[in-house]
Amino acid sequence: MQSHILLLAAFAFFVSVVFAVLSKDDPKDQLRFGGLLFAGFLATAIVLGWLMFPFPL
Amino acid sequence: MATVRARAAERPQSAWIVLLCVAAWAIPGAGHLWQGRRLKGVVLLITLSIMFILGLAIEGRIFPLGPSTSWDILASLMGFSELGIGVLYFIARTLGAGEGRVLAVTYEYGNAFMIAAGLLNLLVVIDAYDIALGRK
Repeated sequence: MQSHILLLAAFAFFVSVVFAVLSKDDPKDQLRFGGLLFAGFLATAIVLGWLMFPFPL
Repeated sequence: MATVRARAAERPQSAWIVLLCVAAWAIPGAGHLWQGRRLKGVVLLITLSIMFILGLAIEGRIFPLGPSTSWDILASLMGFSELGIGVLYFIARTLGAGEGRVLAVTYEYGNAFMIAAGLLNLLVVIDAYDIALGRK
């Protein structure tokens, strides 16, 4: 398992699950909040990745 | 007199809460399981354990807690963060896992998984504490 995007998605998934379980009590709310967090993590990573693309690192 | 009685009544509960927090730290989700929140406890146990073990599997490192040959304060902070996962940390150290191979492509990801798992478990402990106090 060496794919950066897969590892990023796995990390986002685990963190989203824990935050959703801790912050909401109703399973439906947990699913909605967890999904939103997961999508937010992925979208932010992809947007930041493209924004950093021109920088010579 | 009433204050003394109230304090005496509080003592067992305080001890119970400390024990609960120690259990919640040692085994992820144990604090929730103990208080009857079974689904939450099981999900937290599985998620945080997989996260830490996956970090080890992709060549993350268990950082030293104190002075070592390559000591620096950031490495110690990362070590304490990983310690947050509880018993799994000690099992991994006992088995000699977590050497960490800096040249591995997944080294930084492994560290991120293990450090985040430890820190998230500390949040879980605080949540279990809040439940025990009736705040949630």
